[in-house]
Amino acid sequence: MSKNLFLGDEAIAQAALDAGLAGVYAYPGTPSTEITEYIQNSPQAKQNNIHCRWSTNEKTAMEAALGMSYAGKRALCCMKHVGLNVAADCFMNTAISGINGGLIIVTADDPSMHSSQNEQDNRIYGDFAMLPMLEPTDQQEAYNMIYHGFDLSEQLGYPILLRITTRMAHSRAGVQRQPTIQQKPISFPTDKSRFILLPVNARRRFKDLLNAQHTFTQASETSPYNHYYPTTHNTTTAIITTGIAFNYLRENYPDTFDRPVLKISQYPLPRKQVEQIAQASEILILEEGYPYVEQQLKGFLHRGITIHGRLDGTLPRDGELNPDIIAQALGHTPAPTPPPSQIILPRPPALCTGCGHRDLYDALNEVLKDYGNNAKVFSDIGCYTLGALPPFTAIDTCIDMGASITMAKGAADAGVFPAISVIGDSTFAHSGMTGLLDCVNAKSPITIIISDNQTTAMTGGQDSAATTRIENICKGIGVEEEHLHVITPLPKNREQTIATLRKEIAYQGLSVIIPRRECIQTLKRKKKS
Amino acid sequence: MKTNIIIAGVGGQGILTIAAVIATAAINNNLHIKQSEVHGMSQRGGDVQSHLRISDTPIASDLIPLGQANLIISLEPMESLRYTHYLRPDGWNVTTDEPFINIPNYPDQTTLRNELNKNPNTTILSLSTIPQTINTNRHANIILLGAASPHIDIPRQALETSIRNLFARKGEDIVAANLAAFAAGYRSVATP
Repeated sequence: MSKNLFLGDEAIAQAALDAGLAGVYAYPGTPSTEITEYIQNSPQAKQNNIHCRWSTNEKTAMEAALGMSYAGKRALCCMKHVGLNVAADCFMNTAISGINGGLIIVTADDPSMHSSQNEQDNRIYGDFAMLPMLEPTDQQEAYNMIYHGFDLSEQLGYPILLRITTRMAHSRAGVQRQPTIQQKPISFPTDKSRFILLPVNARRRFKDLLNAQHTFTQASETSPYNHYYPTTHNTTTAIITTGIAFNYLRENYPDTFDRPVLKISQYPLPRKQVEQIAQASEILILEEGYPYVEQQLKGFLHRGITIHGRLDGTLPRDGELNPDIIAQALGHTPAPTPPPSQIILPRPPALCTGCGHRDLYDALNEVLKDYGNNAKVFSDIGCYTLGALPPFTAIDTCIDMGASITMAKGAADAGVFPAISVIGDSTFAHSGMTGLLDCVNAKSPITIIISDNQTTAMTGGQDSAATTRIENICKGIGVEEEHLHVITPLPKNREQTIATLRKEIAYQGLSVIIPRRECIQTLKRKKKS
Repeated sequence: MKTNIIIAGVGGQGILTIAAVIATAAINNNLHIKQSEVHGMSQRGGDVQSHLRISDTPIASDLIPLGQANLIISLEPMESLRYTHYLRPDGWNVTTDEPFINIPNYPDQTTLRNELNKNPNTTILSLSTIPQTINTNRHANIILLGAASPHIDIPRQALETSIRNLFARKGEDIVAANLAAFAAGYRSVATP
């Protein structure tokens, strides 16, 4: 069988399809988006009627995936790292209920924050929920982990958290596929009570989860993904790697390692192998993300072993790893390199030429001149966050999905006027609607601008859940019709855009303005095809 | 054999297409390949890059270590300079003479050219010398790939096959236009 050239994300998607997947649930988020997109474009998925429509947010995705698992079918749920914060309520409780059909949750973490607000390491979530975790080293292992992961999930009776990072998600390599497994028929859990998390059931199930920890550790100790590399000669030092850090170590030792190495790709920590490597008196820990293993080892190897890693400064505390950082930690002499050029300038991303957000910010800045420093613009997650940069420097905040509306409300409650929210259509559907209801109930004196480009643009133009329904949603939630406006942000409409913004920003109640113009990128793509 | 390539440019210029052509050709020639790329926010007009590694033996890291790149292919001259410290002492920089200016204080042409020429192994492809029959706006990426092809350890025919396969679903005209662009890029550096 020939190899397929797959992104890490695509390897995951294809493996799930080959393993008899019945549905994928997700909200777009870099670097996880391509998993669901691959399934949406797959003829194999179409033929087998596999669910792959985008969910409104990560929480609805996780719940639907659990529902599919409840029905005995195999489900995949994918998100970027911060998406798991949104889905955490359901996620934590899946560890109590357990699953029926195999359930794999993919978290795509973004160390170095290539396209994110933080670099949280979701292995800590897996640990928090006490669930088994997988962390692939390469694209083939990612494929294998998903392909066999549904079996593992069903054998253990719990969801599996598969953690990848940006480099794995967005790097291509040759991948060998396995034969396709048929979808499972509908079947229901034999123990009905475990999905009813009344305290009486939850207490029993929590004990089950505690008892299962031993089984999870045994699974790690016998896992094909965890591997101990002994050395023939005696040495007092050893290395532990997790996930793709193994590749960077291997890059520095193309032939054989000069000290014992433990490659960890399945958690909880394989205790047996960790004890084995702890024969050394010094251990260097190479992991992408937080010092998660490092902290655990400091906890359970309390016998005078020196642990080096991100906590003692052997490796940087933040940011993603690379072969050069590892070489430095190993004390290798770097190859001579020419000095970096002195004439290069940073080139930050910018809103596209011809983008409607540009016309909005241009008009908004014009209107807010009247208010000096009193006006505060609370923005949100999406392309329009780029309004923070010159030439606009138009926004004051960007924290999390939906926070623009509720932060504007809180600031208005504190007496800020005018408080303006700028949110995109997809983000509004994801997490803005509930905040809008708070504003309606409180009659908050804020202006909410839902800058509607009819797509989820930043991640590459995925369908947006509320397209064509935004004004009706606002009306339904209780926004007064005379303070609800749809405008077209084009240069030729500049005066009208300014007039509408000026009137509603001055209004001492709740107003919603929807500047609507299709994303220039999706428009271009439509014209091409 | 091991070839490490950094492909660079500005988001939207089409560097991922260059990467896809080389990567597909490599895998069809039974070579090992790893190719890391940037998606997300930087694709909106920011600096973007792809690390591409081809080898006849397994490749460990998705990222190229400093000082180990054999080749930079950059659709934008200043962007090529962002990665020169990745080059081996004998590594090549293949770029164009057309700056993409979407930032203030962009270096002037002379400064830029002098800086590029500090590395004697530099090819600055002049897109204005490409025959008018080729749409240099649309196919700059494939033209540049043609110009860089002598430095890639994959037969030119294999790269052409890969172009044919990748563009097949867009129709024969697009395939022909890209093949012509590739050939023009190659000729621009092959003729003395």
